[in-house]
Amino acid sequence: METLLQQTVNGLVVGSVYALVALGYTMVYGILGLINFAHGDILMIGALVALEAIRLLQLHAPDLGLIPTLLAGLSISVVVCMILGYTIERTAYRRLRNAPRLAPLITAIGVSFLLQTIAMIIWGRNYHTFPQLVSTTPIEPIAGVFITPVQIVILVVSAVLMVALVLLVNRTRLGRAMRATAENHKVASLMGVDTNKIIAATFIIGSALAAVAGVMFSSNYGIAHYAMGFMPGLKAFTAAVLGGIGNLGGAMLGGLLLGLVESIGAGYIEDLSFGFLNSSYQDIFAFIILGIVLIFRPTGLLGERVADRA
Amino acid sequence: MKLALAGVLVAGSSVSLAQTVVKIGFAGPLTGPIAHVGKDEQYGAQLALDDANAKGVTIGGQKIRFELQAEDDQADPRTATTVAQRLADAGVKGVVGHVTSGASIPASRIYEQSGIPAITPSSTSPKLTQQKFRTTYRVIANDLQQGAAMARFATEVLKAKRIAVIDDRTAYGQGLADALVDSLKKLGTPPVGREFTTDKATDFAAILTKLKAAQPDAVFYGGMDAQGAPLLKQMKQLGIGAKYLGGDGACTAEMIKIAGAAMSSDVYCTQAGIPMDKMPGGKEFNERFKKRFGVSVQLYAPYSYDAATALIEAMKAAGSTDPAKYLPQLQKVSFKGVTGNIAFDASGDSREGGVTLYQFNAGKWEARP
Repeated sequence: METLLQQTVNGLVVGSVYALVALGYTMVYGILGLINFAHGDILMIGALVALEAIRLLQLHAPDLGLIPTLLAGLSISVVVCMILGYTIERTAYRRLRNAPRLAPLITAIGVSFLLQTIAMIIWGRNYHTFPQLVSTTPIEPIAGVFITPVQIVILVVSAVLMVALVLLVNRTRLGRAMRATAENHKVASLMGVDTNKIIAATFIIGSALAAVAGVMFSSNYGIAHYAMGFMPGLKAFTAAVLGGIGNLGGAMLGGLLLGLVESIGAGYIEDLSFGFLNSSYQDIFAFIILGIVLIFRPTGLLGERVADRA
Repeated sequence: MKLALAGVLVAGSSVSLAQTVVKIGFAGPLTGPIAHVGKDEQYGAQLALDDANAKGVTIGGQKIRFELQAEDDQADPRTATTVAQRLADAGVKGVVGHVTSGASIPASRIYEQSGIPAITPSSTSPKLTQQKFRTTYRVIANDLQQGAAMARFATEVLKAKRIAVIDDRTAYGQGLADALVDSLKKLGTPPVGREFTTDKATDFAAILTKLKAAQPDAVFYGGMDAQGAPLLKQMKQLGIGAKYLGGDGACTAEMIKIAGAAMSSDVYCTQAGIPMDKMPGGKEFNERFKKRFGVSVQLYAPYSYDAATALIEAMKAAGSTDPAKYLPQLQKVSFKGVTGNIAFDASGDSREGGVTLYQFNAGKWEARP
């Protein structure tokens, strides 16, 4: 039982990072019908920029204290990623707005390679130690379950950001414009919505979320690396599809579910398959679930509206 | 001593007309980030040839003088093949090298085709000798021997009874872990858990939680430092108090840097080779090395010395410097080298294959007795 609870906590921590990144995929897909494959690499840039900022702060303002340093580093990285997200949309995707679907998709893959290469040139191929500004020493175990302060921060921050995003989309003017653009951007622009601005805003918000996810990811594992965005990016994309791409609630559900499936899958796959499979099938297990869900619900768990888009 | 040495050299050159010069090749990185390792091994081979020349070697009735032809492979697989071909074309009778497995493996094919024996002082990949080339030899323990040694250390020195094993499913990590598991079974302490990850993973919480239920007193990870360090951290985060054991992929400065505060005296790793002060001829070798080259032994120079000596011993035994004639004798050499007894098994691996256990202590890796 202790093991099951611990696996659930493990899954929720990983899953909430997936969910944050998945929101970025799903928002862009919902509005543009584009899978922005460079999204995972924004997470990586977010982590590495924060690392650089924190190093500089620790060098020039050593008295700042741990949490202010982290918040300052995070803010700088969020701003850099917002600018980066806007720049990518403006230069790489906007010109292809009316091109066949394949063109922006290939461009997205190109942007992903470009970001990785630039990061490799700046930060090298080595793994960097990410400063542990929030403690990674576990607190007193609750019911035998170990959790660290940084993991608690991840759970709380992800939940807060997700609620904030839902409120933004459902309650604000910007959110209404985003929903209108997603529904039909020609009609939305006829109604006086500046769709270019709305699409740019979508990229900016998604990139900010990815930056936060990147900083949390690196804080938890203590490392940062130029290729670190690939795996979380791929998993988050899977989570978005699992939940129903284009649907905010779906991305969150998909992310958490994927984290749980992976964690519990790795923990119990051997017993469930009577020793036939083992934890080297951890990733496959997640994709089997994805396959089964897509067979019975081709638009994902919560994806209704997407059917007529695709 | 310097004067005496100069005297020998002058005497050597003055009678060189009556001697046959035999070229021995050396290949390793002489430029780039690990140039110091390459240079170290080059000096080791050079010292062996100097010693043989000073003593005077007669093979097949001819007085022989050995010369070293050193080439720079930059630890790069492609450069290694070019360099190997250059050595073969220059007519070397044997090669000491290469330094890294990545260079040794592609180069070994060229030596095999040219029929030139090559003994590596420091490449530990099992793949090198698994190619079944008759010209490929090594004087250092390979990764499989390392896994077996770790099993002995874990059970005999560390007294671990419940060992859990994780590997990253790469040729290196899996090879190491499988060798360890085989030996553990033979020693009567089969692993209490066996889990898998990848060399791109960062989250190990799920597999560690599963292993935790088996209450291991030691966890072995077969893989590199970039995954090993986060794995060690996550062990602490999950409250697993077991000892951490790693192979040479974790025996690095990088491991200490990335794992940071998670490092403790409960962290161990193994590395092929034995430290200088544990070698039978280590102390004396280091002194002579310093005198000759003005620098201390870095790493594998004694292995390089023994590799060059093995070539010379085989030539003596065969009474010929022709690779085709002395190759069968190389298989049979057995002598007491600087690093220990030098003898090869059927695949060309070192029979003895010394491995050292390191323990983390006060910010660095420390060799355990």
